[in-house]
Amino acid sequence: MNRRDFLKSIAAAGLGGALVFHGLDKFGTEAADIVPNSKRLQAKHWGMVIDVSKFNTAEDFQAVAQACHQYHNVPDIDNSKHEVKWIWQDDFEHTFAELESKYLSENVKKLKFPVLCNHCENPMCVRVCPTQATFKRADGVVVMDFHRCIGCRYCMAACPYGARSFNFFDPRPYIEEINSEVPTRTKGVVEKCNFCMERLDKGLLPVCVEASKGAIMFGDLEDPNSQVRQVLRDNFSIRRKVELGTGPSVYYIIGGGGEGA
Amino acid sequence: MYNGGKIITGLIIFVLLISAPFLLNVGQANELPEISLDTPAINQLSEKQCVESVEFMRSQHPQLLNDWRDQVVREGESIYVSSSGERYEMSLDNNCLQCHSNQSQFCDACHTYTSVELYCWDCHGGGIAK
Repeated sequence: MNRRDFLKSIAAAGLGGALVFHGLDKFGTEAADIVPNSKRLQAKHWGMVIDVSKFNTAEDFQAVAQACHQYHNVPDIDNSKHEVKWIWQDDFEHTFAELESKYLSENVKKLKFPVLCNHCENPMCVRVCPTQATFKRADGVVVMDFHRCIGCRYCMAACPYGARSFNFFDPRPYIEEINSEVPTRTKGVVEKCNFCMERLDKGLLPVCVEASKGAIMFGDLEDPNSQVRQVLRDNFSIRRKVELGTGPSVYYIIGGGGEGA
Repeated sequence: MYNGGKIITGLIIFVLLISAPFLLNVGQANELPEISLDTPAINQLSEKQCVESVEFMRSQHPQLLNDWRDQVVREGESIYVSSSGERYEMSLDNNCLQCHSNQSQFCDACHTYTSVELYCWDCHGGGIAK
């Protein structure tokens, strides 16, 4: 075979291949139409502001955590090595370790901070995930595709906030009442707060925001007129471990009306 | 050929053994799976119509469900417009399983027959009795 014939046969094979793939395409699904949900809440960058001064009693926080965990079928496992949590509480020293003060104000010392996934601008968990099971949506929410999670737990090692939990066993027996609207998780996947993305897509605010009676605010951080930006303009706010460059989207304000800050 | 007789006899026995499952079942039709549509939600429907035609659902439901999953989880979409123009929520828990609440008589019937092991229910349909 001379050079000319060889090139001709390559071209013919390429053409044949293209036809075969074109034919195979017809076995795909029908031209399915997906229309955008007009009720969907839109934002360029969803963020949260938590007014810690409004979490005075254990019940204030319990109401929020319970609403979240019940809605999302988060199992209640009474063992710190196996527990699964989306939102929980910690004190100032552990939440803001880098702001440690030897002589911390008594008021701040007794505060309990609700903590959850920070939905970072530069999420480390997304960088390390080998299957892209964890990804950041266009609206800034960092979510998980449990279908893709292989349970390697790199994301848990990468997350500086400890916001992720691993399902060491089937969580269903530990769920008191399963909310049939939302899937549970299965053995071998990592899970975390998803900013209620399935609710945002249907036009609803996150469960914790609704249950917090105004203590947790939610909105578009890139919209200067949003409620969260208004609150951040008027109050001194802190974020967790900003020095790591993750760009957390959860802001904390400590003093109701600025007095404690 | 050395030991030709033994080799050929051995080969014949080997081929017979390998093909025994086929030879023994020649002419016998396997019992086809029976799919049950007998659920309270389906019985209440005046027109028993899935999101697409029966033929389409039979042959394409895995692709359809894959598309739905990607659209919902990764794109944040939730509404599917079927070929008849009807709108449906793309959701196993809030749509498919509302009607097909009989996993063992519906889904499993064919998947067991074709030896396809599914793990959808490890996460989905937790609130529905099997």
